[in-house]
Amino acid sequence: MLAYTLKRTFVAFLILIVVSALTFSLSHLSTDPAMTIAGETASEADIEAIRKLYGYDRPVYEQYISWATRAMSGDFGESFHYRQRVSEMISGRIGTTMTLGLCAILFALAISIPLGTIAAIRPNSWIDRIALFIAVIGQALPTFWFALMMIIVFGVWWRWLPISGNTTWQHFVMPTIALGYYATPALMRLTRAGMIEVLASDYIRTAKAKGLRPMTVLFKHALRNAIIPVVSLAAVWFGFMLGGSIVIETIFNLKGIGWLSYDALLRADLPVVQAIVLIFASFYVVLTLFADLLNAYLDPRISVR
Amino acid sequence: MSQTSETVSSVPLGQQLGANQILDEVFEPSPFSKIRKRIFKNHSFLIGTIILLSILGVAVFAPVLVPHDPYDQELSSRLMNPFWHDKKHAVEHVLGTDKVGRDYLSRLIYGAQVSLLIGFSSMLISGIIGTVMGVTAGYFGGRVDMVVNFIINTRLAMPVFLVAMAAVVAFGASLTVVILVLGLFLWDRFAVVMRSITMQARDLDYVNAARAIGCSTPHIIVREIFPNVLSSLTVIATVEMANAILLEAALSFLGFGVQAPTPSWGLMLNEAREYMFFSPWLLALPGACLFMLVLAINLFGDGLRDVTMGQER
Repeated sequence: MLAYTLKRTFVAFLILIVVSALTFSLSHLSTDPAMTIAGETASEADIEAIRKLYGYDRPVYEQYISWATRAMSGDFGESFHYRQRVSEMISGRIGTTMTLGLCAILFALAISIPLGTIAAIRPNSWIDRIALFIAVIGQALPTFWFALMMIIVFGVWWRWLPISGNTTWQHFVMPTIALGYYATPALMRLTRAGMIEVLASDYIRTAKAKGLRPMTVLFKHALRNAIIPVVSLAAVWFGFMLGGSIVIETIFNLKGIGWLSYDALLRADLPVVQAIVLIFASFYVVLTLFADLLNAYLDPRISVR
Repeated sequence: MSQTSETVSSVPLGQQLGANQILDEVFEPSPFSKIRKRIFKNHSFLIGTIILLSILGVAVFAPVLVPHDPYDQELSSRLMNPFWHDKKHAVEHVLGTDKVGRDYLSRLIYGAQVSLLIGFSSMLISGIIGTVMGVTAGYFGGRVDMVVNFIINTRLAMPVFLVAMAAVVAFGASLTVVILVLGLFLWDRFAVVMRSITMQARDLDYVNAARAIGCSTPHIIVREIFPNVLSSLTVIATVEMANAILLEAALSFLGFGVQAPTPSWGLMLNEAREYMFFSPWLLALPGACLFMLVLAINLFGDGLRDVTMGQER
């Protein structure tokens, strides 16, 4: 188990290095940061001076190594546009994005686990069909369009909810639904499939045979086992959601790091973009590592393979 | 099968089986007619196929179908209402006009072309990359598998949407760039599934037999392994096509995708945003088209899986 943990952690670290190196070279090979900093009116000599000052005249791999060593201690440099520390800009906004991501994944679980469970107890009943319908609709609904339609109906026509900003909890209602709804189909299908498999297993028959109450069998014996893969999938989805929050935060003007990355890309503010890519990637890597180790702990056969 | 024939021999035929069953016993239905039966029992597959074919038809015959040129601006008739609000001009502009007076129906029809083109081409690129990687990793195993697995995990760790936006900024926004970026990013599911199916198929008896009679590795991969992955491949292809269409729409919506004046549904949503309060249908219609297309592709893909593999959900 220890060897497995160490190996997985090493691979996770390697993945982060490759991801950050790729984004670093992508952004540095295609645009000239010195020109972005100097602005459109700068002369050739000014641009050259800035290039020297910031070290953009060095080879890309050298620049990457110095960026990466500083990034490891949490120093992502300075924003080209706002002249502010990137780490400060991000730490001030990451709370909003985390809140949104957590609310969305909890919303998705709150819908998908009960619906998936009931659908599994009564396959092909009307509630199973409703669950399937919700899943099919959810997979085809463009998240951002769903968000816009909610704004029109709940924000503009009925005036129930605020449509922009992040000052009160009401501001998070529509973004949470828009972002969370997209994850429900996958989670619900997994809950349903897992429950059907567990309910058909021998130990459930034993539990029923020894006369336990149906609710006890369902919650204490069946759901607890069926829910493990759902939780690890939810962890992975949480990572995806941080990426999906770019569109949602932009639409609702929720100023988290999703919105920040959109803003930075519009201004070609490379240090900010690189830092956010690395943060999103680290999140995904840490969450999958956690899910893998959880699975290995629950099923020791995995770590031997 | 063998059990039934035993019972049939011991009990008089007419009592044991209905007339149809006897016919089935005598004339074993061909595999093709079995699949045909499954197709007609599978309503979601039928509905998906019908919608998909209609959208495809509309896209192909767009030049004949459109009432106006989708690029023709007519500033005197901007933001005209669709037929349910405005009966008078309904004949000329059935679904109204946008902010520069372009006929909305014509733009929606041409939008189908853009979505299908982007979805199909990027699916093709990602399908080729993912299948080659997955089959190679699954067939050879060992070091090759380790490397491919690492590449897959690296790709999964990248925030696709953000990196796609960055790539569009880097290489300039255009239809080709969007297709290439999505094609180069969405191969992960192909690779993961192809890898695991190939791993299972690698040790099948007839594959071993092919190896024993001295077939070359390319021959084994193409002729013996590949037919195994084909049905899963088509199902993932539909999923990824839908995925690519949604991502393109989201990219274009934020201004990091197809550029004006191309009639892309995502871009139309972007242009319609400022008229949200007074002309909400400008937002409702392109999104509804997008939803119908993705829904049709998903139903078609789900149905295809049920029909070809005979499994439920």
